[in-house]
Amino acid sequence: MNTSVVIHRVDHSAVPTLEPKPWRDELLQQLRAGMRVVTVYGKRQDEHVRITAVLQAKDHSLYLSKTKVTAQFGYHALTTESPALHCFERELHEQTGVRIAGHPWLKPIRYEGQEQSAMNGYPFYKIEGKEVHEVAVGPIHAGVIEPGSFRFMCLGEQVHHLEIHLGYQHRGVEHRLLEGDPQRLGPLVETIAGDTSVAHAWAYCAAIESLSGCELAIEVEISRAVALELERVAMHLSGLSGLAADIGFLQGATTYGRLRTTAINTTMRLCGSRFGKGALRPGGLGLQLPPELRREVRANIELLRKDLAIINECFLTAQTVQHRLRLVGILPEAQARELGIVGMAARASGVTIDTRHQMKQGAYKVLPISPTVLSDGDCWARARIRIAEMDASIAWLTTILALYPDWQHPRKIIGSLMPSQFVVAMVEGWRGEVVHCLETGEAGELVHYKVQDPSLRNWMGLAMAVRRNEISDFPICNKSFDLSYCGNDL
Amino acid sequence: MTIFSSLRVRLSQGTQYIADLHKAVPKGFRGLPVISGAPCGADCSACRDTCPTQAVGLRPITIDLGRCVFCNACVEVCPQDKIAFTPEPKLGAVEREHLVIREGTDAMVRVRASAAFSRVFGRSLKLRQVSAGGCNACELELNAIANVNFDVQRFGIEWVASPRHADGLVLTGPLTRNMKDAVRLAWDAMPDPRFVVAVGACAISGGLYAAASGVDRGFLESVGPSLYVPGCPPHPLTFVNAILDLLGVG
Repeated sequence: MNTSVVIHRVDHSAVPTLEPKPWRDELLQQLRAGMRVVTVYGKRQDEHVRITAVLQAKDHSLYLSKTKVTAQFGYHALTTESPALHCFERELHEQTGVRIAGHPWLKPIRYEGQEQSAMNGYPFYKIEGKEVHEVAVGPIHAGVIEPGSFRFMCLGEQVHHLEIHLGYQHRGVEHRLLEGDPQRLGPLVETIAGDTSVAHAWAYCAAIESLSGCELAIEVEISRAVALELERVAMHLSGLSGLAADIGFLQGATTYGRLRTTAINTTMRLCGSRFGKGALRPGGLGLQLPPELRREVRANIELLRKDLAIINECFLTAQTVQHRLRLVGILPEAQARELGIVGMAARASGVTIDTRHQMKQGAYKVLPISPTVLSDGDCWARARIRIAEMDASIAWLTTILALYPDWQHPRKIIGSLMPSQFVVAMVEGWRGEVVHCLETGEAGELVHYKVQDPSLRNWMGLAMAVRRNEISDFPICNKSFDLSYCGNDL
Repeated sequence: MTIFSSLRVRLSQGTQYIADLHKAVPKGFRGLPVISGAPCGADCSACRDTCPTQAVGLRPITIDLGRCVFCNACVEVCPQDKIAFTPEPKLGAVEREHLVIREGTDAMVRVRASAAFSRVFGRSLKLRQVSAGGCNACELELNAIANVNFDVQRFGIEWVASPRHADGLVLTGPLTRNMKDAVRLAWDAMPDPRFVVAVGACAISGGLYAAASGVDRGFLESVGPSLYVPGCPPHPLTFVNAILDLLGVG
C-alpha cells in the first residue's frame, strides 16, 4: 500500500445498523473515552433516515457506526453532550428532515433549496438591553471575496456574540456529484472550494481508487503531495498577504502577495492551472515534471525559501504586527477541542491534529513533515503557524524533488466500483482535514456522496474567538481563520 | 524590525510589474484551444462525450469557451490529436457567440475598443465584484489584477467597496438562488452608466452548475453582460486584456 491519505473502506454488511438508543449511547461512550468525531451524515429513505457516524480514536484508527431512525420520531440530540456535533446535527436535520429532539440551535447550515428571502426565517440570537446594539454585515462584503452574513451583538465597541449566517454560495454540489459518471467528477470536485482544489481532488481520487482496487506507484503519490504542499504554501501566502493588508503592514501585503504568484505559477507549470485544477485524476495524474522543467521548479522553490526568510523576519519582528495580532481573537485549547476545530486553526490553539502525521505509508512516510503546534490560540499564533507550515512544506518540497524527480507513470484504468461499500477519505488541506464519504449500491453505482470541507466545523471557532474583542478587530480574526464560504455552503 | 530588515525586503522584492500586459504570455497556462483541420475518425464523438460541460460540438469540432472549464479531458481522449490548448490568455469577448472556437481557425475575434466605453471609462473605471456561487478561484484571480504583478491601478482601474461607487458589476459563480436578491440589490444601487462583466465558465453559462438545484440565472437573463471573460478560473491577464481592449487603453 502506498496511499498517502487516510482511507478506510468497509463492506456495508460489516457495520451493523444499531437501534437509535444503543447507537446514541455507544457514540457518547466512545466520545467520552477520547475519540473525536470526523463526520456524521444521513440519507433519507422514505419515512426513515439512515445515519452514519465516523469517529477517530487516539491511535488514529477510524470507527464507524450506523443507525436507522424514523424521520418523524428521530432521536435525542448529541450536541448537548458533545458540542462538536452541533454542525453535523444541524446539517443532518436540514438535509433529511429528521427530528433531533433537544438540539439547542437547529438553524439551517446553508438553506438548501430555498430562495434568499427565506433566509431570514430563522431569527438571529438576540441580546437585549439599553446599551446593546446589533451590527449586520453582508452578505456582500467590501472586498473581492465570497458572500456571507455576520450579525454582531455589541455592547459599545465590544462584541458579545457573533452569529455567522451562511448559505449564499449554495449551488447543489452533492446533488451534482451523484448525477455524473463517478470516474469523471474531477472538474466538479475541484470547484467544491476552488482554493482547496488539490485537497478535494485527492480525497475524491483516493476514494474512487479504493473502491476500484487501484493502487498507485509511490512516485504518483509523491507528485500529488507536491501539488498539495504547493497549494498549502500558496494559500498561506495569500492569507498572510491579506492579514498584513488588514493591519496596514503594506510591505508584508505586497511581498507575500508577490511570492504567492511564484508559488501558483509553479503549480501552473506542472499542470496548466494556477489552482492545480486538472492535476489529479482517478488512477493517476494530470501533472508533469519533464526533465527540462526540473531546474525551473527547483529554482522557484529556492526563491521562495530565500525571499520568505527575509520577509518573515521583517513581519515577525515588527512591533506594529505584534501589537495588532497578539491577544486578539483567542480560541483557547479547551474550547477548540470542545468544538472539534480542525487543521491549522486547531494547531494554533494547542491541538495536535494533522492527518499527514497519521500515515504509516506513502509520501509522508517517505519524508515526514513534523507538525507545528502553538498554544496561544490568538491571531498571532494563527499567523505564525502559517509561516511555520510554509517553511516546513518548502523544506519538504526541496528534499522530495531531489529524491524523486521522475513522476512519469501512465494513468491507470479505473475498473468498475465494488458494490455495497462505504469509504471515507481524509486529506490534510491547508485549512484542515477534507473529508469525502462515498457509498456504493448493489450494482457498484454511487448512491451517496458526502463532502465535508474543514470550514463547516471551523466557522464556529471564529464566532467564539471574536467574543470580548473589539468589533474593529473582526476583519483580522476572520482573515486569521481564512475559512471557505462555498466549502461550507456546497 | 529594523530599517535594515525592511530594506532587505525591498531589495528582494525588486521590480515585479509586467510592463506590457498585452504581450505577456503565462508559461504553461492552459489557455486558448486550437482545433486542427485533421479529419475525425468515423463516428468518433469522444471529445463531446467526455466534456463535463457540453462545451464541445461535432462536425465541425467547436469549443464554446463560455462553457469550457479547460480540464483537458477532450485533448486526452482524442485519437487524432485534433485539439491542443495553448498558453494564449486573451480569450475575452463582447459577443457571446465570439466565444465559440471553430475547427481550422487559429484566432478568435478579439475584443474591439468601444468608443462609448473609452470616452466614459477610459481614464477611470471602478469595479464592484460580486460572487454568487464562485468557488474562490475566480475571486482570487480577480484580486490578483490589483497586485504588484498586474497592477491595473496604473490604468485608473480599481475595485471599490460599494456598488454606489461602481461603473461595472463583475459577476463570478453560476448565480445562486441564495444570492438572487443581493445581486439585484447591488445592481439597482449602481448609478448609470453601468454594465455587467461575466467572469468564468460558471457566470457565463452556469458551467459545471448549469441547471443545478441551487442556481437561478434569472438576473443574467434580464441584464446581459457587456463583456465575457472565460476560464476556470480566467488568468488575471485574460481579465485585464479584455477590459483594456474594451477601453482601448494600455
